[in-house]
Amino acid sequence: MSFIDRHLRSFLLAELLQGMWLTFRYMFRPSVTLNYPYEKGPLSPRFRGEHALRRYPNGEERCIACKLCEAVCPAQAITIEAEPRDDGSRRTTRYDIDMTKCIYCGFCEEACPVDAIVEGPNFEYATETREELMYDKEKLLDNGARWEVEIAQRLRADAPYR
Amino acid sequence: MIEALVFYMFAIVCVVSGVLVVTRRNPVHSVLFLILAFFNAGGLFVLAGAEFLAMLLVVVYVGAVAVLFMFVVMMLDVTVTELKQGFSNYLPIGLLVVAIFAGEILAASIAWQAAPEAAANLQAATPDPAEVHNTAALGALIYTKYAYLFQAAGLILLVAMIGAIVLTHRKRRDSKKQVIADQLARDAKEAVVLKKVETGRGI
Amino acid sequence: MVELWDNYLWPLIWIVIKILVIVVPILLAVAYLTYAERKVIGAMHLRKGPNVVGPFGLLQPLADGAKLFLKETIIPSSANRAVFLVAPMLTFFLALVAWAVIPFGEGLVLADINVGLLYLFAISSLGVYGVLMAGWASNSKYAFLGALRSAAQMVSYEVSMGFVIISVLICVGSLNLTAVVEAQRDMWFVIPLLPMAVVFFISTLAETNRHPFDLPEAEAELVAGYNVEYSAMTFALFFLGEYANMILMCAMTTILFLGGWLPPLDIAPFNLIPGPVWFALKISALLFIFIWVRASFPRYRYDQLMRLGWKVFLPLSLAAVVIVSGVLVAFDMVPNAAAAG
Repeated sequence: MSFIDRHLRSFLLAELLQGMWLTFRYMFRPSVTLNYPYEKGPLSPRFRGEHALRRYPNGEERCIACKLCEAVCPAQAITIEAEPRDDGSRRTTRYDIDMTKCIYCGFCEEACPVDAIVEGPNFEYATETREELMYDKEKLLDNGARWEVEIAQRLRADAPYR
Repeated sequence: MIEALVFYMFAIVCVVSGVLVVTRRNPVHSVLFLILAFFNAGGLFVLAGAEFLAMLLVVVYVGAVAVLFMFVVMMLDVTVTELKQGFSNYLPIGLLVVAIFAGEILAASIAWQAAPEAAANLQAATPDPAEVHNTAALGALIYTKYAYLFQAAGLILLVAMIGAIVLTHRKRRDSKKQVIADQLARDAKEAVVLKKVETGRGI
Repeated sequence: MVELWDNYLWPLIWIVIKILVIVVPILLAVAYLTYAERKVIGAMHLRKGPNVVGPFGLLQPLADGAKLFLKETIIPSSANRAVFLVAPMLTFFLALVAWAVIPFGEGLVLADINVGLLYLFAISSLGVYGVLMAGWASNSKYAFLGALRSAAQMVSYEVSMGFVIISVLICVGSLNLTAVVEAQRDMWFVIPLLPMAVVFFISTLAETNRHPFDLPEAEAELVAGYNVEYSAMTFALFFLGEYANMILMCAMTTILFLGGWLPPLDIAPFNLIPGPVWFALKISALLFIFIWVRASFPRYRYDQLMRLGWKVFLPLSLAAVVIVSGVLVAFDMVPNAAAAG
């Protein structure tokens, strides 16, 4: 009996039709994907996206050119040059991140003693040329200005766990 | 007028690609030109009102035989210099064959005359093309008058096929073959056994 | 002058117009077939599919086309230039030229030739060459292996397709496609010849290199098969050719088994709809199954594919030829060949 049953099944393509019926029913289910450019998924406060250099609320830049981030960077993506500024404080003259090298490990953020370099929530910074991904200090400070509200909020939300 | 133009187009392309088959250095190009020649021969058949034969020519020769040619030739690794070497050695024998063949064709086209009774045969066998379509006419002829010859031709091909398979087939004992019927016959009940295993004891 | 116009120029222009009337809708259909495929598979995967370009993403095919058109055509340095460029053109040309004999409705056919069925079969068997030439001329391992696989697959499945066609034309008694459709006025062949219809449909999947038989472009092993080295318009021609071939194969199945342009029942609401609409509807339904199958099944392994073709379909279709002709002779239902032409 099972012999007949089995052979009838394979001749009538029963299992194939069963599978197709399943996919057909799935077609009418609501889709589970987000409508991406218009809807976005939630991001953890620890999400490591595009880098930014922050400033203090009074407009002074935080970075003191200690070069800890440069030292800790496993991909050696960060290049820093520093000189004393006119008022005698130590500041960077050059702060470059090669985003094509960066592996988004977040070590720079952890190493920074003054919370200057951070990885922000932005992940939509695709460019048309490679050169645009060689970030310099100006670009990073600009990112900091643009994302400061979100970055500060993220740091606050994550502070109890640091 | 148009028909004549189309005929000359097919004929010229056919002859030129036939020449190119022989003269091309790259064997794959030769096969491609051979296919072009077949195709144009099919076109000539259509012009002659034998569209069934034309389609058969394309299906059988272009669609199957030449594909196998192509398969073999594509996988050959022939360098042009190697091909050139044998050329002068084989030239005399090649010319001889060409001469004999050309002589025979000439002799046939000059001296050949149909036997008087052949014409009568022809008339009896072929129906009027205006009434019966050539596919039907061909079928009627093959399956009645020439049924035995047709079957014999089929048998010869069958024997050739079996011979080729027997010559090239070898049984391999070391390879494991998939038997799909066996796989389908297995179901979850016999394939998986659930056992209660006590901790630290193993099975 | 008038004579030249009447006898040569005007017929030529008229034919070109007729060809355009067939080709333009087909190319549009191909464009929107890609859209439909992405939407349907998206729905089956619980995704959304293209929805950004235009309303519901309806302009996506045009955007894709424009992209391919504007890209740079790259010819690999070690490729065989002439063959490399001829291959996509051949594929595209063959996919379109076969439509000449397809009857879209009663008398709506460009060339009503007597051996239409064989013509279709011949053209589809030529499709192998585009693939083989592309694979060989690319001078790349992936492309070559893809081409070999594809050619072996297409040749194998053509055999069983041929026998299925034979069993249909035994029932019709003619190779003319219009006659094939007319023979189904009382009953579509899909009812008496259901197993053959299934075999034919599955063979068309293999013939067009579609899932689950898309081994030639098995991206996991062969990157993209025979068209890896192609870019921009050359790739677009392959793509268009492949999809036009899919539509063609569905049209062929419709004509052979689903009664072509005939309505399912010859009664009031059905037979008011014009024939070409029915024809298009049936083709669309079959194309939906093509896409549906793609969403449902995993890819076959190559030896399984060959086994299915040679050890299952070939004996089945051969047996069908014997059974069909036996039944027709036994019940004295053989169609009159002389009458059908």
